[in-house]
Amino acid sequence: MNARAKFVIGAALVLTTVGFLMTSGIKETGVYFLTPSELADRVQADPTFHDVGVKMGARVVHGTIERDVGTQTINFEVTDGEQTYPVVYRGIAPDTFTDGVDVVVEGRLAPDGTFHATGLLAKCGSRYESEPSA
Amino acid sequence: MTILGQLALWLALLLSAWATIVGFVGGAGQRPELIRSAQRATYALAGVLVVASLALVVALVKHDFNVAYVASYTSRNLPLIYTLSAFYGGQAGSLLFWAVVLSVFGALAQWLTGRRYERLMPYAGAVTASVVFFFVVVTLFAANPFERLPFTPADGNGLNPQLQNPGMVIHPPLLYLGYISITIPFAFAMAALFSKRLDTGWLHAIRKWTIISWLFLSIGITLGMWWAYVELGWGGYWAWDPVENASFLPWLTMTAFLHSVMIQEKRGMLKKWNMVLIALSFLLSIFGTFITRSGIISSVHSFSQSPIGIYFGFYLIFIIVATAAVIWSRLPMLEAESHLESMVSREATFLFNNLLLVGIAFSVLWGTMFPMISELIRGTQVTVGPPFFNQVNIPIGLALLALTGIGPLIAWRRASPGHLKRQFAAPVTAGVIVAVLLLALGMRNLYPIMALALATFVVGTIAQEFVRGVGARHRLHGESHALAFARLVGRNRRRYGGYVVHLGIVLYFVAFTGQAFKTDVEASLKPGQKAELRSPWGHTYTFTHLGVSQYEELNRFTTAASVEVARDGERVGVMKSEKRQHVNSLGQPTFEPSTEAGIRSDLREDIYIVYAGSVAGTEEAVYRFTLNPLVWWLWFGGVVLVAGGVVTLWPGTSTSADRRRAMAGYAATLEGSTSGAK
Repeated sequence: MNARAKFVIGAALVLTTVGFLMTSGIKETGVYFLTPSELADRVQADPTFHDVGVKMGARVVHGTIERDVGTQTINFEVTDGEQTYPVVYRGIAPDTFTDGVDVVVEGRLAPDGTFHATGLLAKCGSRYESEPSA
Repeated sequence: MTILGQLALWLALLLSAWATIVGFVGGAGQRPELIRSAQRATYALAGVLVVASLALVVALVKHDFNVAYVASYTSRNLPLIYTLSAFYGGQAGSLLFWAVVLSVFGALAQWLTGRRYERLMPYAGAVTASVVFFFVVVTLFAANPFERLPFTPADGNGLNPQLQNPGMVIHPPLLYLGYISITIPFAFAMAALFSKRLDTGWLHAIRKWTIISWLFLSIGITLGMWWAYVELGWGGYWAWDPVENASFLPWLTMTAFLHSVMIQEKRGMLKKWNMVLIALSFLLSIFGTFITRSGIISSVHSFSQSPIGIYFGFYLIFIIVATAAVIWSRLPMLEAESHLESMVSREATFLFNNLLLVGIAFSVLWGTMFPMISELIRGTQVTVGPPFFNQVNIPIGLALLALTGIGPLIAWRRASPGHLKRQFAAPVTAGVIVAVLLLALGMRNLYPIMALALATFVVGTIAQEFVRGVGARHRLHGESHALAFARLVGRNRRRYGGYVVHLGIVLYFVAFTGQAFKTDVEASLKPGQKAELRSPWGHTYTFTHLGVSQYEELNRFTTAASVEVARDGERVGVMKSEKRQHVNSLGQPTFEPSTEAGIRSDLREDIYIVYAGSVAGTEEAVYRFTLNPLVWWLWFGGVVLVAGGVVTLWPGTSTSADRRRAMAGYAATLEGSTSGAK
């Protein structure tokens, strides 16, 4: 077998490995990214969806943030305009987390309708752009 | 001043269009008068864009808040340095920054290399001018920094406090310099295709540009890591965020390109591949700018809000189609001059290096775009985060690390068993010893053991090269070891500079390994209360909360929490972490409060303290304490990498000696041909 053929086989092996790592990586670590309404639809269609970890992108409802520094718990509500969910998050929130910002919460929707978040990301308008002042 | 800026932008629009069209026509028809005209337009273009930039600087410094851009990103009490950095802090300014820097690079390329590569230069100049044209169009019609408001606000919004950091003053421009400078090698590649001069001439013309842009990208990315680490307060430096990934992508393809051009220079192989790589790098640099500026991926819905998205979308499609067409039309001229002879050869190692780098790039691109891809295919967005990127890229990265050691030492064409033994016996032994030692010490994590063993192997190969090189000079020329070392490096800058760059990369890997052993604890402490954390090195750290104080600083209210740190009962010192509330000149709060982490670095680990707030009305504070092993080595690796890069770039004796040799050969041929004619 000449060197070129060997290289092609080697390259195919490398690419297969990369492909395998990618597909298995997505299968094992991929997380649904839903809006509150999409999440509501999913849960209604299939109640076992409560057990699936998801990410939910929504906006913090003004005036709903309650911080209990002692227990490091933050309660707030998020909405997409149609569906609103209360969220419980335990941990340190990022600096950008404040009234009215877009957040991504990662966690599970409990059967009682509360979203238990294990991760909380807050976005600034569009990264370093300041919000257009009204 | 904005009128001057506007005027300069319109002139830039005309000049860049002129330089593009006339450059192409002049190059194609070999019409010297047109080529000269395009050249002059290139210089003038740089001139007017510098004027436009100065106009923006003046507006910023004079606090002309009637200009929307100035009002959006600065305020009266913003320190001057950050007022200046607001030039590229916003979208419109950063696009102007692209245009002006690229036009200056284009003029520099013209001035420095124009005469030596006079067949390539008209096309290269035209391609560069066409890219400037695109950025001027976007600046003028979609994101104009000179736009005025219908009224004049008393004060501006101020700069996002997270950008008020010395790292953030230099990180974006350096990253942009990296992105922008890729255009020049790309332009020369296109010029080679257009002019059908596909010998190694264009590779020589861009050698330094390629290394420079790679270095800028490396520095830009590393500074970005440093900024994220000290400013964002989550205790890490790389989160596989879309914007970070966007900067990583062209770095990967440029790294592949830097290596594969050596195969083309030496063996005339990989000509098509190299064209594809440099085109891909350019494409990814535009894509990176686009991702950074438009926020299309972190929030798909902002696409419509940002008008520049459409411009960039069409431009990306245009580049893909145009470069593909040009490369396609020249394919027959890009046939390889030789073939791979053995799998155990430097060529094969480099091919696999390229394959792995592009594999990483593809997986990073795929992961970054996956929310969009999955929405297109399945109708639901599925996101992947750091676990995906780590799972895929750690094994590929380790394979690359191994090749970093093998590639530079293995023979061209075909390596014999004797050669392999001579080159690799000692470094492999060193790597195996380290692996065994780590196992004996009780480490059971597969990837970190592999990483450290491979790192030892690579350092072993590099050390061996230096020792052998110095030894040979010492024996042959009787030079002292120090002199031998200096001459060895000085006369083979590319090679030994390259080794030093590799050493820097190894240090990055060592630092990454530390992340596997990161530990942290969150605690709510009253003054005098303690929290404990055990370091992976076996020490016990005690953090005692001392108290919280509040004070006012130039443009902010600061709340600082202090902690006394002790290691195994021995006092290390007092560290503090702050919450800062920035205010405008009227004392009103601007932006959300920002956190300043307390960081103490040593060779073993960083102590990283974040103060998250106080229980209302008391001095009870909430903290996160993190022990972050080996982080220091990342920054040190960056310094080593830059040092190595500077060695390879350093102009001087070796290049002029090369030139003399080349000239001597040229003279000899001339003499030969004239004497033959007589």
